Amino acid sequence: MAITLSGDPAIASPPLSARLTTPQVWGIVLLAPYILVFLAFVVYPVGYGLWLARHPASYVALYHDPIFARAAVNTLIFLLVGINLKMAIALFLSGFFAQQRTWIKWLSVLFILPWAVPSIPTILSVRFMFNPEWGVVNQLIFKFTAEDGPNWLNDPTVALAMAIGVHIWKSLPFWTLILMTGRLAISHDLYEAAEVDGATWWQKFRFITWPSMQTLYVTCTLLSMIWTLGDFNSVYLLTGGGPADLTHVLATLGIRYLRLDQLSLAMASIVCALPFVLPLVYFMMKRLSR
Amino acid sequence: MKLPTLREIGTEAKLLLIGIPVLIWTLVPIYHMFLFAISPKEDAFSGKLWPTHPTLNNFKIVFYQEHYFLRDFWIQFFNSVVIALSAGALTLMIATAAAFSISRLRVPGGRWVMNLALFTYFIPAAFLAVPMYRTMGNYGLLNNHWSLILAMVTIASPYAIWVLKQASDKLPVELDEAATMDGATTLQLFRLVYVPLMMPSLVAIGTYAILLAWNEYLYAFLLLSKDTEITLPVALGNFLAADDSPWELLMTTGFIYALPPAAIYYAFKRYMVGGLTAGAVKS
Repeated sequence: MAITLSGDPAIASPPLSARLTTPQVWGIVLLAPYILVFLAFVVYPVGYGLWLARHPASYVALYHDPIFARAAVNTLIFLLVGINLKMAIALFLSGFFAQQRTWIKWLSVLFILPWAVPSIPTILSVRFMFNPEWGVVNQLIFKFTAEDGPNWLNDPTVALAMAIGVHIWKSLPFWTLILMTGRLAISHDLYEAAEVDGATWWQKFRFITWPSMQTLYVTCTLLSMIWTLGDFNSVYLLTGGGPADLTHVLATLGIRYLRLDQLSLAMASIVCALPFVLPLVYFMMKRLSR
Repeated sequence: MKLPTLREIGTEAKLLLIGIPVLIWTLVPIYHMFLFAISPKEDAFSGKLWPTHPTLNNFKIVFYQEHYFLRDFWIQFFNSVVIALSAGALTLMIATAAAFSISRLRVPGGRWVMNLALFTYFIPAAFLAVPMYRTMGNYGLLNNHWSLILAMVTIASPYAIWVLKQASDKLPVELDEAATMDGATTLQLFRLVYVPLMMPSLVAIGTYAILLAWNEYLYAFLLLSKDTEITLPVALGNFLAADDSPWELLMTTGFIYALPPAAIYYAFKRYMVGGLTAGAVKS
């Protein structure tokens, strides 16, 4: 799995000070555009946002807003169920796609489609599919049972479950691909030796696959957690936060407050999430910045 | 040819038992979209799995902007293209310069900048959206394409810099030393040695940034609102606002909108998989 780590300053630093003064100037010049972007569009907005969220009254208001509490619970459910389900399926499917078959190779080309196409049209497609009156799903239910199908997106539990489903549909290929690269890096000899010893597939998984993929799996889960927290589209485009604002998650709640012109609440709701996000961010940064 | 044994058939059957549901799960939403795109309005709502009279009429309506909702289709398409390409080009320029500076020139404080960039990469973009919206308002850029382009550059460059730094750290130091010995200036080193060697990663990063900007919905709908300024995804989202939305046209537009990124993805898959996914997570 190792992608070469670098950044060993000891190699290049001695000659630097001696002769590379012009390159250092160039270094600063070339780095300047990014620093400007960073100052103007990260530092300033974040600082400004925190300043907007400074009033304790906003947090009191949030605390008394049932929609906020509901969104927090929804976010937790979304993360716990969505991510674990997704990563478990991805781990399983990575084994499937690692099989050497021509048809599986072709299937993997199609399998990546949800990741390759933009989420807006596909989410709208799902939304329409489950439309209670004209959607295909209820049409089929009516055709076979002569009864009206359920009002899918009008039930908060079902709607949230479907948002999780859409999220999984969209990001499953990516994680499967990542875990598959991890799996393919395991030496084949290990499996052959296990085969000779008469190991079952569970034993092979338990004693060969899992130990070598553990770290990767955990990293992926954490990274997926951060990204899922920011998944705005799956919820907003499928349910719009409805019915009755019962399916909001933190990512859509901020936008809801913004639309209602309650800017300080929008920022406060994001600040509330930071104690959970920042440790994850810090951990991931440590992982990747070596 | 030897006949397959019973055990081999069993394995194959088990694999199919996984493969077929996976295929259906993957394709249903996309097929549903396609089905609507080729169905006339009456057929679209009948719940059939294939229309009785498949037609390309919906595409014609979209391309000739023959519906109220679609009167700005081409200008919105054009907006999407301009914004995606600008964001891609700008990200590429900023990130390449930064990666060269951090990795090859070892500018003082480079590691700090790298860490700050990574930090930004891990902050969920939806969290930054609200303050970004206000900031763009303060800068007077709302409803201006630059707001979305700059927002996309902000979001794309941290990862771009990181991937490019990883790739450029692998180039041997001796290369720079030899070029400098031969009297190359820093800019020549950048132009004649660094950029050509980094080409595969640059293609991957350019594609990444273009796709990111093309696919962006949240920022686009916050930052742009005039019908002639918005991008395609925002226009698609606006369909939802009305009760009498022509769903078959929505799906057709969505299908057209989804084609370019899918095509780019498959065309550059080689670079994308090697350059991006493997680098995205390392353990």
